[in-house]
Amino acid sequence: MTELLVGTKKGLFVLEGEPGAGFAVTARAFAGEPVEYAMRDPRTGRLLASLTSPFYGPKIYVADEGADLSADWRQAAGVELPDGGDTALARIWTIVPGEADGTLYAGGDPGVLFVSRDGGERWELVHSLWEHPTRPRWQAGGGGLCLHSIVPWPGEPDRLALAMSAVGIWLTDDGGETWRHGNQGLRPRYLPEDAPQDTFDLCVHNVHRAPQRPERLFLQFHGGVYRSDDAGESWTDIGAGLPSDFGFPLVIDPADPDSAYVIPLKADMDRVTPEGHVRVYETRDAGATWAPRGDGLPQQDAYLTVLRQAFAQAREGEALELYFGATSGDVFGSGDAGATWATVADHLPPVYSVRVGRA
Amino acid sequence: MALVRLRGPLKQLAGGQGEHRVGGATIRELLCELETLQPALDGWILDERRQVRRHINVFVNGEYGSEETAVAPDDRVDVLPAISGG
Repeated sequence: MTELLVGTKKGLFVLEGEPGAGFAVTARAFAGEPVEYAMRDPRTGRLLASLTSPFYGPKIYVADEGADLSADWRQAAGVELPDGGDTALARIWTIVPGEADGTLYAGGDPGVLFVSRDGGERWELVHSLWEHPTRPRWQAGGGGLCLHSIVPWPGEPDRLALAMSAVGIWLTDDGGETWRHGNQGLRPRYLPEDAPQDTFDLCVHNVHRAPQRPERLFLQFHGGVYRSDDAGESWTDIGAGLPSDFGFPLVIDPADPDSAYVIPLKADMDRVTPEGHVRVYETRDAGATWAPRGDGLPQQDAYLTVLRQAFAQAREGEALELYFGATSGDVFGSGDAGATWATVADHLPPVYSVRVGRA
Repeated sequence: MALVRLRGPLKQLAGGQGEHRVGGATIRELLCELETLQPALDGWILDERRQVRRHINVFVNGEYGSEETAVAPDDRVDVLPAISGG
């Protein structure tokens, strides 16, 4: 049995089912509220969800293992910017377990990182990033100044990679005391050719690390898919062979450091699945070649938009499960590493995020 | 002290109490004091800039108010979510 956590424009939906088949909705929480993201911390079983109420602002909520997920949520503390300043928190885009016990990270808009050291009950702003001297030059992307990807290094709590739209890749080796860019090789097509090489107006859409080979990362860019083999310091474009190298989500098979999955969207303004075909593209050779995986997905007149956090993975290898949701309210899943697909749910509200709670 | 009236989730956060007597010369002062008296409301009506959130309306005796609107001790202040969304 697999548990999916689906954040939507109208609340959180908890779905359960067997891989490769339809799932049932087993709980709905925060009815009517936009749920940007939800995840289950595998260390504790606790669920964390981020909401962006248009009325009452962004919040993080937690629910303990065994709780009634339709009702038993409580607000976490400290998810706010300094009081009395000139900026308000706009949104929490992601929540990620850290490597140290009890540590979680949350990223949000405007380009902010929070850390919790008690499993998500209380959060603190990471001031080293908030007060970074380059911040006045940071540019927002279409979705805001969003810190959407937080990538720990397995077994090394002080090493972290972040991605922000549109402020590129940020790396720390000292637990966030200091930050440096890792943007070498990223080529933005939306800037003039003679733009400075050291620009960090870089619209990174998603980043994931290969846990079996942590110095390797894959990156979906605003035009381009990239790979890094030096822990995010530099990047090589591997988008050749895709029908479009534009898109938002990306996942990997944890067992295979040469693997990545992307969902191409037609660039740049259209942002729907190309030619009405819904296809996931897979590489198993680190981006040298890509193969379409669409068996069971809509292949005619299907113009879906799959958002940044709406693609998720569970298990690994031949048992790899893949799930993604679209703003159409459809959720699709594969229980065989993308070879075949089935509709997991349809008629949900627009899907903002998909994560596997349990598998 | 002015009478502040809350509804919906704001009332729930304030211990289920919909009416509160709160001091303050302006709406901002009054809402800051309300947060002090009812800490669970922190961040729900005012954001970090101490501005009323964009989709919340505050009325003083039935008239739209802003953060700087003066409030008298016998005024009635209603805090309501705006008609918005989709």
